[in-house]
Amino acid sequence: MARHIVPTRVYYFIFIALLILTGTTVWVAFIDLGVMNNVVALGIATLKAMLVVLYFMHVRYSSKLTWVYLAAGFLFLVILLSFTMSDFLTRHLLAVPQGWSLLQ
Amino acid sequence: MASQPHTLQHHFEDLEQQFESSSLGMWAFLVTEILFFGGLFTGYLVYRTKFPEAFHLGSSLLDVQLGAINTAVLICSSLTMALAVYWAQKGDKNKIVLFLSLTIVLGAAFLGVKAVEYSHKIHHHLLPGDGFTFEGPFADQVRIFLSFYFTMTGMHAFHMVIGIGLMIYLIVRARQGWYSSEYNTPVEMIGLYWHFVDIVWIYLFPLLYLIGRH
Repeated sequence: MARHIVPTRVYYFIFIALLILTGTTVWVAFIDLGVMNNVVALGIATLKAMLVVLYFMHVRYSSKLTWVYLAAGFLFLVILLSFTMSDFLTRHLLAVPQGWSLLQ
Repeated sequence: MASQPHTLQHHFEDLEQQFESSSLGMWAFLVTEILFFGGLFTGYLVYRTKFPEAFHLGSSLLDVQLGAINTAVLICSSLTMALAVYWAQKGDKNKIVLFLSLTIVLGAAFLGVKAVEYSHKIHHHLLPGDGFTFEGPFADQVRIFLSFYFTMTGMHAFHMVIGIGLMIYLIVRARQGWYSSEYNTPVEMIGLYWHFVDIVWIYLFPLLYLIGRH
């Protein structure tokens, strides 16, 4: 079969990178960066997830259709998160009609 | 020996198409899994936005050291799983069994640490429910954080238990000589599942253990 076999040194390299990134995210968490703490934590997590997806899960060497599936999953996750938050974060912008009560 | 499944099924052109088809089926399942955990992450995000102080306080109740150790253990298990798939592609039966066994041991170690953490929380009455007590501010909101903690890590641990069960199946089949360099699809597919579970933890660890540490 013509399937690509990833050499083991790639796996070891990704493994070391994942451990270093884990150490980095713990280290950064104890430094006060304000809101940037969240950005860094999620940025590192996403970088780690991408390494796992591309190399451990072989997506880098997979068919275009696999990429489409993954992109579709990611797209709907973004819709789920962004539409929920766009509702939740903008509720206070509108006045509550008289006679209605707000849940505290 | 039971009939081996590596022969080409009649509705496929060749083994490569058969593999591609299995692979897409697995990815379709993983997409539903992304959205399943996505729902939990969305709920977490809404409540964390509403109660940021309580979530920071709740996070500080968790043990960063154990969480970090477990992250490393899970990354190790992803490496051994990747190597199991590699040796399945090469068709080396003994190495498949070896690396799957190592993955199971690491997965069990993760669950062991998780059990220690859970029992510690339960012992300190931090399990949301009737016995919940928290001496501090925002007790009700901290309980919400802990509900997310137990639900998300619990669902994650449940996925790992299933993964370990699947790997035991793979070991049995590998020992029977089912997998070769021509046919190793189940090892690859369960490998994808295991790596997915690893990715969920990669997000759970900073979101649950590392917020408000500074």
